[in-house]
Amino acid sequence: MTEEILNILFMYIKAFVVGGSICVIAQIIINFTDLTSGKILVFFMLAGVVLTAIGVYQPLVEFAGAGATVPISGFGYLLANGAIKGAEKGFFYAVTGPLTAASAGVSAAVVFSFIMSLIFHSKTKRS
Amino acid sequence: MSEKKIVYSNKNYLNYVKKLDPPTKHFKNCLAAFGVGGLICSVGQFFRYMLEYAGLSGDELAGAVSVLLIFCGCLLTGLGVYDRIGRYAGAGSIVPITGFANSVTSPAIEFRTEGYVFGTAAKMFIVAGPIIVFGVFSGVIVGIIYCLI
Repeated sequence: MTEEILNILFMYIKAFVVGGSICVIAQIIINFTDLTSGKILVFFMLAGVVLTAIGVYQPLVEFAGAGATVPISGFGYLLANGAIKGAEKGFFYAVTGPLTAASAGVSAAVVFSFIMSLIFHSKTKRS
Repeated sequence: MSEKKIVYSNKNYLNYVKKLDPPTKHFKNCLAAFGVGGLICSVGQFFRYMLEYAGLSGDELAGAVSVLLIFCGCLLTGLGVYDRIGRYAGAGSIVPITGFANSVTSPAIEFRTEGYVFGTAAKMFIVAGPIIVFGVFSGVIVGIIYCLI
């Protein structure tokens, strides 16, 4: 029982450290270059795709759990993983695989954002 | 001749501004990014355990965790809290999936004044669009390569 609790605690620490480290890498890039947040997101997503394609990211996900899947590189991992899994079934599924895997995230972003835009007004004037 | 003079003075002015600019606090920035980014990932891990306890597994579990985090990101953006976190945490709030949600919700709310069709709906992916474009493009390439191997 205590071992189980320790395992869960250790998993939280691993998620914290790995996820935090990915953010620090992005922060260092922002500090030393003039890249905007949109470009940073694209680069990290592409890094996730490439690292998954060459098989480096999967072990990291197994090691750190949410620490590797929550950063935007995890979105790239999702896309590439969908493509790799789809490729086993055939060419058609290799092409549809990426968006199928990412559909939950994209749908959620669209639906929730639209609902929020119905409820809330722009906050920029107040701050 | 006068044009040349303007360029010269602009350069001087930029140097002057650069001198007065406070130096970027690299260490403090990185520490804030590490703390906030790590915290968001830990929250994701918490959702993972909770949903696993609720009986989800595999792809369903991973999808539900990101949907929950995106919901949190959208809600905090709507409330105006996320931008305040972002000012403090920098990349710590941009890189996690909640930052993706923020980059979709922010313009959706911002451009509502231009109408729901050409404001909210059209401008929604003004920042996040490239992520989906390059993501799907590179993902399809990976799929094709794996098919050919």
